[in-house]
Amino acid sequence: MPNLEHPAYPAADLLHLESLVPCRESQVSMLLSIFGERQQFSFPSIFIYGHTSSGKTYVMQTLLTTLQLPHVFVNCVEYFTSRLLLEEILIQLQSCSGTEQTSPVHCDTLNDFVRLFKQALASQEFQDQTLYIVLDRAEQLREMEANILPAFLRLQELTDRNVTVVLLSEIVWELFRPNSGCFEPFTMYFPDYSIGHLQKILSQNHPPEYSADFYAAYINILLGVFYMVCRDLKELRHLAALNFAKYCEPVVRGEANERDTRKLWKNIEPHLKKAMQTVYLREISSSQWERLQHDGGEPGQLKGLSAHTHVELPYYSKFLLIAAYLASYNPVRTDKRFFLKHHGKIRKTNFMKKHEKTSNHLLGPKPFPLDRLLAILYSIVDNRVAPTANIFSQITSLVTLQLLSMVGQNDQLDGPRYKCTVSLDFIRAIAR
Amino acid sequence: GCFVFKPSTKKRRSSEKTGHDFRSTSYDSEDTELRFVTCQSLWNQIKFETEQIQEDLNKQLLDNLVSFLSRSHSDFQEKTTKWTCRMKFREIPTAALVLGVNVTDHDLTFRGLSDALQDNITPYVALLEAKDCPGIKNLMQKLMGQLMNCDIEVDSMEDEDCVQVSQNRIRCSMPSLISWYESITKKTDPETPSKKRNSSSRHWQSPPVVVIFKDMESFTTKVLQDFIVISSQHIHQLPLVLVFGIATSPMIIHRLLPHSVSSLLCIELFQSLSCKEHLSTIIDKLLLTSRFPFKLGEKVLQVLINIFLYHDFSVQNFVKGFQLCIVEHFYSQPLSVLCCHLVDVKKRVYSLSHDQCENIRRLPSFRRYVEKQESGKQIELLTNDSFLKEETEKLLEDLHAYHENYVSILRCLHVFTSSLPKYPLGKQIRELHCACLENRVWETEEYESSLQLARMLNKTDLVTMLQQCVEILMSSSGKEFDKTVEKLKEFLTQFQNLEEASQEQDVSVSSQKELQKKTDLYHLQKTLLELKESRRSKKLTKFEMLRFEVVDYIDRLVRKYLVPASNRTLHEIVYFNAATVLRGHLNAAPRTALHTALNNPHWYLKNQALKCDGGGISNKAPDICIVYKLHLECGRLINLVDWLEAFSTVVMAAEEPNADAASSDQVDDIIHARFIRAVSELELLGFIKPSKQKTDHVARLTWGGC
Repeated sequence: MPNLEHPAYPAADLLHLESLVPCRESQVSMLLSIFGERQQFSFPSIFIYGHTSSGKTYVMQTLLTTLQLPHVFVNCVEYFTSRLLLEEILIQLQSCSGTEQTSPVHCDTLNDFVRLFKQALASQEFQDQTLYIVLDRAEQLREMEANILPAFLRLQELTDRNVTVVLLSEIVWELFRPNSGCFEPFTMYFPDYSIGHLQKILSQNHPPEYSADFYAAYINILLGVFYMVCRDLKELRHLAALNFAKYCEPVVRGEANERDTRKLWKNIEPHLKKAMQTVYLREISSSQWERLQHDGGEPGQLKGLSAHTHVELPYYSKFLLIAAYLASYNPVRTDKRFFLKHHGKIRKTNFMKKHEKTSNHLLGPKPFPLDRLLAILYSIVDNRVAPTANIFSQITSLVTLQLLSMVGQNDQLDGPRYKCTVSLDFIRAIAR
Repeated sequence: GCFVFKPSTKKRRSSEKTGHDFRSTSYDSEDTELRFVTCQSLWNQIKFETEQIQEDLNKQLLDNLVSFLSRSHSDFQEKTTKWTCRMKFREIPTAALVLGVNVTDHDLTFRGLSDALQDNITPYVALLEAKDCPGIKNLMQKLMGQLMNCDIEVDSMEDEDCVQVSQNRIRCSMPSLISWYESITKKTDPETPSKKRNSSSRHWQSPPVVVIFKDMESFTTKVLQDFIVISSQHIHQLPLVLVFGIATSPMIIHRLLPHSVSSLLCIELFQSLSCKEHLSTIIDKLLLTSRFPFKLGEKVLQVLINIFLYHDFSVQNFVKGFQLCIVEHFYSQPLSVLCCHLVDVKKRVYSLSHDQCENIRRLPSFRRYVEKQESGKQIELLTNDSFLKEETEKLLEDLHAYHENYVSILRCLHVFTSSLPKYPLGKQIRELHCACLENRVWETEEYESSLQLARMLNKTDLVTMLQQCVEILMSSSGKEFDKTVEKLKEFLTQFQNLEEASQEQDVSVSSQKELQKKTDLYHLQKTLLELKESRRSKKLTKFEMLRFEVVDYIDRLVRKYLVPASNRTLHEIVYFNAATVLRGHLNAAPRTALHTALNNPHWYLKNQALKCDGGGISNKAPDICIVYKLHLECGRLINLVDWLEAFSTVVMAAEEPNADAASSDQVDDIIHARFIRAVSELELLGFIKPSKQKTDHVARLTWGGC
């Protein structure tokens, strides 16, 4: 395992850093060598990508704070417009330079930004040090104005200051590259944590009341159950904390001692499996789960979110929905056959065209015009239906309830077309 | 359901104006004012009552929600540093509020909710609607605007500077929200002046910020996701609680949010009362009571219930319809002045004018009544106003007593019918009510079959039902029920005695026990046959006799008290029966109306000249009607030139035939312009649209080619 070494930083700091970023030593040392010494110019822009919770944000943050490098950390989801983003960077810059808050920053364009940025840097004592601007969730940058991303990539050149922009994202660089071309950043990949890594990281912070070994054994069991479905470190840690009390139960009651792994495993395993089906899917909330655990009740009593699928609808809404479903999944040609009393004879051989042999359910709903919906409605409802405003407004409200969806809403008068978005099971439940 | 949002509470006609409106059509000028006042006070009572009901029904839900919210950020209050708290991911507490599809009713619930929250938990409540939040930016703007305003409300006089911060100048981002929250909580924390205390003492030091999404389904996925992601990053500084208003099913959460986002939430489910139950309560409290003098006729009630069940599930709309009935009744029926509480009846009857007396004499039910009287009294009734008034008062008192008895007996009957298998008379009391209003319920087949079934009830059921009936009758205000109650109690004691007697008879049962002894097949068959014989021939047991008696007694009660209201004299005064009027108001049929207007302009314009015969096209009709009728004869695509020619032929038929070729050029221009205008009007109405398939053609959009 490579020990972190760098002449520019004190060894104690590096050692501390190493203990904070388990399993990411190689990436950190790579970054350190790119960064160089404090006053050295670094690569203008670095692009770091990797799957969810592979430690991108955490590593960057720990690295910059432990080594006390001047930096600005911004989440692009949170600052959803370019104006907010640029202003936020300037505000953070002001606060980290220690100058007291002057008048609120106004920065509408990148041109302003570059100017203000230079001003901010000029008035500060860290002129000689590299400033790091970290943009988390950088994929959001693509949705802002077209010049934002290329400009950030070559900010060093534009401002002529010692600055490095670090972009963090979950998707690969190829999806960022604008059509007009841009400065290519240095790309770096953070691989997923392996099961061993997860085990190591999760076991690191054990509760103070119990020994590390005991907790590590617990994590081992937990990973055995959850590793197949979930590799998200945050989620796993959350689950570990939720279920640990249950794991300790036999020990607390004195039925087993801490080394009695088999007994403890027997106790916890079904419990974890249940957790996988409920809490993990957010079928029941974690606070409900904890209360349940505390009261010792069976999770079966609490119905999850998806247990409540039944939707009560007014009489005609039901028929409208059924008609919409029929219109969406039946080809137009069959309407005559299904909904007219005296349809002609249909030769079976010719009836099905070849491509229709595949199930319509696999192809998904098809759009249909309003008139067809109403025609089917009239034929499936027993008594006469007057086309009152009530019926039409029900169609609209079905759309707002997301049970139907409007296709191509360019012109209301131009024969609106709809799609039915509910599943067969839902229709079955309604048709009962 | 329900689906149509009525424009927010239209202002009711102001009092002087309505007085005038009422007057304009009715010929008896003196009572209009009184009718209007009666109508107003009655409606106010009913409105108050419905609001009360709504509040009571929502109480449970609101209590649950409030306790959830107070629980949700308890660790934020205590700032615990326990290991589990540190390790656990901080989720945003979220209440998924399933309210049913009657979207129009939700507003009231949310208003109640936000009031309850502001009273008990936190002043910081923001209500968001999807239509205001097409993007995350608008959402943040709306949210901050609402939160910061609500803060101003709490201490409006104290800090002027807060008021002056205009909404535009605030940076709409989470940090500014957080700094606002910190400043606001810090400001209230150290303060001790008593004035401030009582406003904030109900809340904690750092009350949660509640964000209510009124219509979860309509929000776009991206907005919701972004908002949740952003706020989850700041949950440590800003104790946020989300409330999702869901109209369909909680599955929508999983459909809208991917796992990575929904894992940031700690969702608990809350369900409101179903709207059908809500309606039942409303009907129970508003219609099946003698507290309000105004009644709905069978047809009208059926119309309202049908709209509810078939179309919208909206209790609000039901109440609105009820209101319409009240207004319509007091407006159109001059005698509705007598539709008041019993205490006022006497005074009002004696102040009736001669015209009003004539109105009474004209009532069909009154005429029927007169015909039944002996001739001397008939003449008195028809000629002597003061005698008529006396008689009217008596009849109205009778009617009132009838209502009181009716409701109690109806409830008793419902106790019986609601427990029968297959519910021949309906499960809900409203169905039974409708059946009783419609005609003599005891003449219907369903009633017959339910009596049959009632004769087969077992003893415990029967006894509990009788007990329920006794309770109902005891609590009713009707005076005639003392005897009935006594009779029912007597039945109960007889059942009691029967039980004691049957214990003695136990011995006879032993013959059956013999069966269980080991026998061969032949003997078994024989004994079974014997048993069957004996059972058939056996006389009715005491219990069966008693049961027959009870059912007969109930039957007698029904025949006596559940006479349909339309048989009662003077029922027109308190019953609103104009179902067609109501239907015309509530069941709008735009397509049909439009077709009638264009096809038969006489219907709306009432101009004799427009009255047309058969299918011919009158040239006096408005241009658009002519164009419309002509276009009905065309197929999917209409040639404009042909259409114009046909149009000019029709129009020209009216002009003097002597307008010949020489001047026709000039006329053509005007006709052409008229034609163009009519066609563009049709396009505006959505009947046609320009087509790209063929030049000079337009496409029909309605009833295509049929």
